[in-house]
Amino acid sequence: MRQSNFRLLRIIISILFFIPTTYILIDFYGLVPGDVKKWILFLQFTPSVLNFITIGTLSITGFIIILALTFLFGRVYCSSVCPLGVLQDIINYFSKKIKKRKKKFIFVKENKLLRYSLLALTIIPIFFGINTFLVLLDPYSLYGRIAGNFALPILAFSNNGVAYILEQFNNYSVYPHDIQKFNIVPFAIVFSFFGLIAYLSFKHGRLYCNTICPVGTLLGIISKYSLFKIRIKEEECLSCGACARDCKAECIDSRTKIIDTSRCIACFDCIPSCPTEGITFSLKSSASSSDDSINNSKRNFLTKTSIYLLSLSAIGASVQKKIKITKPSTIPVFKENAVSPPGSFSLDKFNGKCTACHLCVTACPTQVLQPSFLEYGFTGMLQPHLDNSAGYCNFDCTICSDVCPTGAIIPITRNDKHLAQIGIAKFIKENCVVHTQKTDCGACSEHCPTKAVHMIPYEVKGLVIPEVREEYCIGCGACEFACPTIPYKSIYIEGNSIHKTAKKNVEEKKLEKVNMDEDFPF
Amino acid sequence: MKRRDFLKSTGIIAGAGVVIPGVYGSVYAKTSYINNSFDLVAIKGGEPDAMFDESIKQLGGMSSFVKKNQTVVIKPNIGWDASPERGANTHPKLVKRVIEQCYNAGAKEVYVFDHTCDDWRKCYTNSGIEKAVSDAKGKMVPGNSESYYQDVEIKAGKSLKKAKVHELILQSDVFINIPILKNHGSTKVSLSMKNLMGAVWDRRFWHSNDLSQCIADYAAFNKKPSLNIVDGYYVMKRNGPRGVSVDDVVLMKSQILSTDIVSADSASAKIFGVEPSDISHIKIANSMGLGKMDLNSLNIKRITL
Repeated sequence: MRQSNFRLLRIIISILFFIPTTYILIDFYGLVPGDVKKWILFLQFTPSVLNFITIGTLSITGFIIILALTFLFGRVYCSSVCPLGVLQDIINYFSKKIKKRKKKFIFVKENKLLRYSLLALTIIPIFFGINTFLVLLDPYSLYGRIAGNFALPILAFSNNGVAYILEQFNNYSVYPHDIQKFNIVPFAIVFSFFGLIAYLSFKHGRLYCNTICPVGTLLGIISKYSLFKIRIKEEECLSCGACARDCKAECIDSRTKIIDTSRCIACFDCIPSCPTEGITFSLKSSASSSDDSINNSKRNFLTKTSIYLLSLSAIGASVQKKIKITKPSTIPVFKENAVSPPGSFSLDKFNGKCTACHLCVTACPTQVLQPSFLEYGFTGMLQPHLDNSAGYCNFDCTICSDVCPTGAIIPITRNDKHLAQIGIAKFIKENCVVHTQKTDCGACSEHCPTKAVHMIPYEVKGLVIPEVREEYCIGCGACEFACPTIPYKSIYIEGNSIHKTAKKNVEEKKLEKVNMDEDFPF
Repeated sequence: MKRRDFLKSTGIIAGAGVVIPGVYGSVYAKTSYINNSFDLVAIKGGEPDAMFDESIKQLGGMSSFVKKNQTVVIKPNIGWDASPERGANTHPKLVKRVIEQCYNAGAKEVYVFDHTCDDWRKCYTNSGIEKAVSDAKGKMVPGNSESYYQDVEIKAGKSLKKAKVHELILQSDVFINIPILKNHGSTKVSLSMKNLMGAVWDRRFWHSNDLSQCIADYAAFNKKPSLNIVDGYYVMKRNGPRGVSVDDVVLMKSQILSTDIVSADSASAKIFGVEPSDISHIKIANSMGLGKMDLNSLNIKRITL
C-alpha cells in the first residue's frame, strides 16, 4: 500500500470503531446484548485497565493489545479507537468547512508540565481508591457522557417523532422513549467539557489529546519509543511547512525538521500533504528524543497533589452525610449513603472503579440509574447512583452489570441479584397516607418483590399499614418509587455502604391444593 | 387535535345514535345489545381457553359483544415481570383465545396493552402475553408513556373526578377487561375494577386519595368494559399483587364472566374466599349504583368442565 493511503485506512478504521461505540452508548432500545457491548469496548484503554485490576480476566488483553500496538505503530488508539479522538476529528473536519479557507495549523511547543502533572493527578490517586481526575478526563468515558447527554436526546426526539406519526395511523410498533429525569448539574459539567473539547479541536485540532488527556500522555510516553514512527527524510525535505500546516496534533516543527512523536496521534494527515514524499511512516531508527529524566520539582509536585486529593476525598465524605434528597416538608428524608448498583459491592469499590461513562445509565431499562451530583460526595461526581425518584431496580434485571466495561459493576447472576442488599427501606409512618388520611394505600407493599414491605393491621379497623422486614429487603427502591406522598416519600432506601446479602423469604409454606369437586361458593 | 376531534365526533355520533338507533346503533357496542338470559357465568375445571369457549357461549357468543369491523381493546393484567404460573398476570392462553374469538366475530383490529408496574418490555415478554397476542394476530401496544393518555372527566366520581386514560380505550369500539383473580396487600383482592388502574396514567393519585373510593369511582367512567373476564386459573392467595414465588399460588381453574363489573368482582371475591361486603371498593361501587354486589339477585350460570 502506498503510504499516502495510510490516512484513508485510518479514517476507515476510525469509522468502524466510532459508529458501533456510539450506538451502544445511546442504545436505549437495548438492541445490543450486554456481552456484545463489552466486546465492542474491548480495546477501550481505561475500562480495560480498570477491569484488569478488578477481575483480571477477559478484558486483560484489551489494554495490553493497545500498549503493544502503541509500541509498534504509535498512538493508533488515539487516532482510531478512541471515540473522543474521532469526535474531535469530526469537529475539525467541519471547522474546515465553516472557515472557508482550508484550516492551517502551526507547530506548538509541548507543555510538559501540564501534560505530566495531569497524568500524575490521574494515576497516583487511583492507588488510594480515588479516581476523580480519571472520571473527568478519561477520553472514552468523556465521550460516553457526551453521547448520553447529547446524542441520546437527539435519537430519542427523532424516535418519538416517528412514534407520534405512526400512532396517528394506529401503528404502535415504535414506542416513545421518555427521559425520566434531567440532572442539571451533571449535564452542565458534561456540557462544559464538551464545549471545551469542541473549542480546542476547532482551534487546535488534537490539543486535548496530546496535552490534557491522561491516556494520550501515557501512550505518548510509549510512542516515543515506538518502532514505526512518522519521520522526516532530511534529504527529501524542502522545509516548506506543508506537513506542519496539516498536522492537527501541532507536533511537526518543519523548521528544525523535528517531530514530537510523543504528541503525534498517528493520523497520517502529514504524509499526503508532503509535495516530495519527504515524510514517511517507517521503521528506520533515528536520533534519540529529548532527555526525560524526572527532576525533583516534578517529584515534589506529585507528592503535593496526592496529598491535596486525599484531603478532597475527606471533604467529599463529609458532604455525603449531609445530602438532603427531597424538598423541605414536615418530615424530610435524609439519606446518609447513596445507593450503588447491585454487583458493585461497596460504595468505595464502586467509586474507585467507575469512570462515569454512562453506558449503564443508557442501558438501564427503568432509568433508575442517574448520574450523581454530590450523592457520593465530590469524588463520585457523575457516577451513576440509584435514584428512586426516576425509577427503581427491576427485580430480575442485571443489565448494568452485564454492560459495565470497567468492572465497577461486576457481572452478577439473577439469583445473586435477588439477594444483593444494596440498601434498606426505611418507613416514616408520620408521612404515610394510611396514617395521615386513614385510607387504603399499600403502593409500597404492592411493588415490593420480596415482600420485605408487608402490610399489617393498623389502629383503625380494616386498614393496613406497611411494615419493613429489613432482613428481606434488597433496596431495589420499588417501594420508594411507588409511594405517592408528596413532596417527600413515606418510605425510602438508605444505601448500604457495603452491600450485604438479604435473607430469602421462605417463611411461608406451600399452600394446600384446592378441591376441584366442591360447589361454587354462591 | 386528532384526538379531541375524535372525541367530539364520537360524541355527535353517539348522540345521533340515541336519536336514530337503527342507523348508528352499531357504532358503539353497549351492554344493552347483549342478547342473553344470564347476568353472570361461573365456570371451573378446564384450561383457560377451553373455559372461555364454553362460558362465552352462555352469553350468546363473542358476536354479542363484537360486531363486524369494530376495533377492540383488551386490558389484561400484565403488571408484573413474572411468568404465568406466578399468578401475577392474566393467563396468556386466555388472552389468546379472547383475541381469536374477537377476530372470529369479525373484529377489524384487536389491541392489547397494560400500563405495567415493572419494566413494561419485560412484563410483556415474561408474562407470555406478548407471544400470545402475536400468535393470535392481535396488536401489542405500549402503555408506559404519558403521551398515550388523554384527559377525561369522571362526573359521578367522588374522589376521582379526572383521569388520564389510554387513547385506545377511548377510541376503540369495544373494551374488554381481563383481570386476574389474586390477593392484594391493601385492597385484599385485586379483580376487575382494580385491574382498570392499569388503564390510566396517574395511579399515585388513587393511592393518596382514598384508594378504594377511587377504584369504585373509575368504574363510573362512561367508557365501561363491555365484558369482564376474571381469570381464576392460577390464583395468588397471598403476597399479592406481585407475589414472591409460585408457592403463593394455588391452581383453581376457574373463570367468571359478567358485563356487570361489580357482580363479576363480587363472585370472584367469593371464589377467592372473602366476602364481597368485606371488600371496600366492591361495597362502595355497589352503593354508588355501579352494579350489583348481591349475587342472590342474579341469574347465574354455573358450569363445571
